[in-house]
Amino acid sequence: MSTNFRIERSELGGAVVLALDGFLDAHTAPQFENAISSEAEAGHLHLIADCRKLSYISSAGLGVFMSFIEEIREKGGDIKLSGIEPKVYQVFEVLGFHELFDIVDNVEAAGALFDQGSRRKD
Amino acid sequence: MAQFEKSFTLQVPSSTQNLALIREFVSAIGAQAGFDEKDVMRLQLAVDEACANVIEHAYDLEATHEVTIRALIDDDLIRFEIVDQGKGFDPARIEEQNLDALIRDRRSGGLGLRLIRSIMDDVQYQIVPGEKNELRMMKRLKKHTA
Repeated sequence: MSTNFRIERSELGGAVVLALDGFLDAHTAPQFENAISSEAEAGHLHLIADCRKLSYISSAGLGVFMSFIEEIREKGGDIKLSGIEPKVYQVFEVLGFHELFDIVDNVEAAGALFDQGSRRKD
Repeated sequence: MAQFEKSFTLQVPSSTQNLALIREFVSAIGAQAGFDEKDVMRLQLAVDEACANVIEHAYDLEATHEVTIRALIDDDLIRFEIVDQGKGFDPARIEEQNLDALIRDRRSGGLGLRLIRSIMDDVQYQIVPGEKNELRMMKRLKKHTA
């Protein structure tokens, strides 16, 4: 049964990479919320959500991005997303998330955006 | 009322833990109805959103109730009926907010209904709070999109 969701944390340059693996829905969203909250509280504001292994996302998962993005941007940080599979990307697209977030092919590209000091959306 | 060729019913306790089971159910029925992989995932999402709303809002996250998902398939369409006995709501009062406004308000609650409406071809509610609330949503098999 597709109940699994895991987050692996790593670092890339000055950014924290949260690799999302599995199904992000109303049941697993609190796990993701805690992970982002911990990073924000620790002052880690350059965050990359690596979505290569993300199989599914519902509005509960998208809501986590939304609930933190303003606070993190106000403090000079950002959340960038990378490697989203097409079937998952369509969910972001339906809601217009691609207009609000930097979404790139891989974590390296996301890291490069932070290195360039780029923050496209505001 | 149209007669549907096949109907399937899943009844589960009102816990978000069962959303995965609900998606498996929708996936199997959607594939049997002839939807492609992309549309099957959209159907999963629409039903997931509807059931998550029931669990969170109609039942206040109490896992002691039941959610019923009925799937009806016909030649060219699929219909899902999500039934609960919890608190109802007035769909007309759910405002369509733009994403910027939702972010400003730090609210994600409006996203689920927005997704459902964007995925399904027709969405209807019958709300009798505390007795029976039913969300009916339909998608045609070969939808011609622009």
